[in-house]
Amino acid sequence: MSPAPRSDQSRTKARVGPLASRPGVSPALDVDALLDDPGTHVIVCCGSGGVGKTTTSAALALRAAERGRKVVVLTIDPARRLAQAMGIEKLDNVPRPVPDVDASAGGSLDAMMLDMKRTFDEVVESQATPEKAKAILSNPFYVTLSSSFAGTQEYMAMEKLGQLRQDARQSGRWDLIIVDTPPARSALDFLDAPERLSGFLDGRFIRLLLAPAKGPARLMTAGVGAVTNTMAKIVGAQVLKDLQMFVAAFDTLFGGFRNRAQQTFELLQTRETAFLVVAAPEADALREAAYFVERLDSESMPLAGLVVNRATHTLEGLSAEQAVAAAERLESAGGEVPGVTAGLLRLHADRMLRVTRENRMRGRFRAAHPHVPTVVVPALSTDVHDLDGLRQIGGLLTG
Amino acid sequence: MTEQDEGQRNGDWSRVRLHIVSGKGGTGKSTVAAALALALASRGKHVLLCEVEGRQGIAQLFDVPPLPYEERRIAQGPDDGGDVYALAIDAESAMLEYFSLYYRLGNRTGRALDRFGVIDFATTIAPGLRDVLLTGKLYEAVERNSRNKNARVYDAVVLDAPPTGRIAQFLNVNSEFGDLARVGTVKGQTQRVMGLLQSRRTAVHLVTVLEDMPVQETTDGIDELRKHGLPVGGVVVNMTRPKELDGDARDAALAGDLPREAIEADLRKAGVDVTPDLLEGLLDDARDHAERRALEEEQHRRIEKLDVPTYELTRLADGIDLGSLYELAAELREQGMA
Repeated sequence: MSPAPRSDQSRTKARVGPLASRPGVSPALDVDALLDDPGTHVIVCCGSGGVGKTTTSAALALRAAERGRKVVVLTIDPARRLAQAMGIEKLDNVPRPVPDVDASAGGSLDAMMLDMKRTFDEVVESQATPEKAKAILSNPFYVTLSSSFAGTQEYMAMEKLGQLRQDARQSGRWDLIIVDTPPARSALDFLDAPERLSGFLDGRFIRLLLAPAKGPARLMTAGVGAVTNTMAKIVGAQVLKDLQMFVAAFDTLFGGFRNRAQQTFELLQTRETAFLVVAAPEADALREAAYFVERLDSESMPLAGLVVNRATHTLEGLSAEQAVAAAERLESAGGEVPGVTAGLLRLHADRMLRVTRENRMRGRFRAAHPHVPTVVVPALSTDVHDLDGLRQIGGLLTG
Repeated sequence: MTEQDEGQRNGDWSRVRLHIVSGKGGTGKSTVAAALALALASRGKHVLLCEVEGRQGIAQLFDVPPLPYEERRIAQGPDDGGDVYALAIDAESAMLEYFSLYYRLGNRTGRALDRFGVIDFATTIAPGLRDVLLTGKLYEAVERNSRNKNARVYDAVVLDAPPTGRIAQFLNVNSEFGDLARVGTVKGQTQRVMGLLQSRRTAVHLVTVLEDMPVQETTDGIDELRKHGLPVGGVVVNMTRPKELDGDARDAALAGDLPREAIEADLRKAGVDVTPDLLEGLLDDARDHAERRALEEEQHRRIEKLDVPTYELTRLADGIDLGSLYELAAELREQGMA
């Protein structure tokens, strides 16, 4: 059995691209067509941290709702004021209607913020007998696993997405789910979550831990003994015992976990899902975006396109070099308001340098991935923290 | 408050052996970590720069091939002065090294552990253990002892750490693990690691930009670090906007009454081919800039209230290359961070 892939391993795989290509023009991403398509039921926004995933998800959700879709948006960690504006500052792990949404087109918008521990607890409570649930919820391994270990958030985002999809199918309450992915170490962690879970369940180590609880002692071959003895020496026998109890109690539950994680993974491969890769026009963010695009491709997951946030808008007619030269002339020769005018020219030079750099970055991405439909969202001069701000972003997303 | 505490409040990091640099995604923490390592080395120190997230960010910044699990020299000052070594720490290598240093486990046991999926379990599936291994290696690099024969000894270790949202959890993982492991060698090990991380020989610096969310995360991060007894270092305010317009000009820009005709005349005098679109665009830029600066100042006031030493790095329009890293290092040095 092959071990679960690690994100750092998947990075060393061969790059996927056209091999020889010149930077050209990417096809335009038609966001409204995507939102209006009744066949789109799940939109996943992914990308590295700090690129505006949460704002993009919320803006898409609001726009879709006001265009007539029945939408639920699952956010991970929204800015406080944005959460307040959306009415989700209280964590109760269920979707709540967002106030002041224009419902005249027949749509609606619910929003929720993921509470990973609560999601985990609820799964345990719904799957196990009350007695067993109690044993699990109080096991020290469970407490640490569910509340503070990295990686749990990705599992739980997947779990919640699965729950919402099932709820949507059964109740008809929503016809579009928009998911914001956790601020992971790398954008790929989200996709790896189910497989890591499966890897955990199928791992020989887990089977090994279960063996003493399940089977006769003769199963303990010499090799097994060496390994468990080593582990006991390192972490202490009590820990091993706690872990064994935890794994044994969890064993039946894991099956259900895995099935649902697998189903969610498969859902993400169907045409009803669309992935939007979100990036900023910077080297790191676009590199992560490229890895993600390649990964989606290799997993046969439907990529809708790339959203490049916070782009500097250009102003034609004066290059950075010309602007700096003009500012220097003014500063030495004087003028009517030389300080102000030179300041404007230097700001312009700064802007044009950034535009040039951003275009170079995007050009590289395009050369490697010419077929990825792209929309570029210009930077706003203020932070987005209310529905009007989200509407403005929604407008910019659709050109 | 002891004298040493007082020193750290005032931004005297001379006794710090482990600089941990964290920040919200997109704020430039890797760049700041690299610049800090260079700044320390420029004072003649031997510095180790580490990363733990498998991104190969250091190699990209310094434009060198991907780093293995081995300390490699990536920068050296003139005249046999300070230098920077780099190490990309990965959990799997750290685990095997730990076994060989502490248990003298040979290849045979290593293979057995691998065969039973123990290494895979520890490094990928049980994510908490992963952090124990990563911080354990960090501890080893700071507190070199006789077990690791012929290893280099550093004056300072700089870590490009996980993001602010996860930093307290990452650093505190040893105390949580210590709680789980009541006995065993891991217990003692985690206590020693926590001893270093909670001491004044460690400083956790947070990188932010002047926007609402990152500043909020910085504030929350500092609370969280203090709650766990982890020593808060400085705040590095990164990528601040150029300060080309004075307060009056910005007020005028916000009110929409910059002297249009005078500016137009100046531009012509300076030889600029002024079109109505260009003039309009420049005035719009000025307003956007003034709006952003007003927001930045509001965020700056929030940072001042945090009562920690603050450093500031201006945004470089050209982006970051090796040359600009040296420039940022000089900035940090001049501002007294190193």
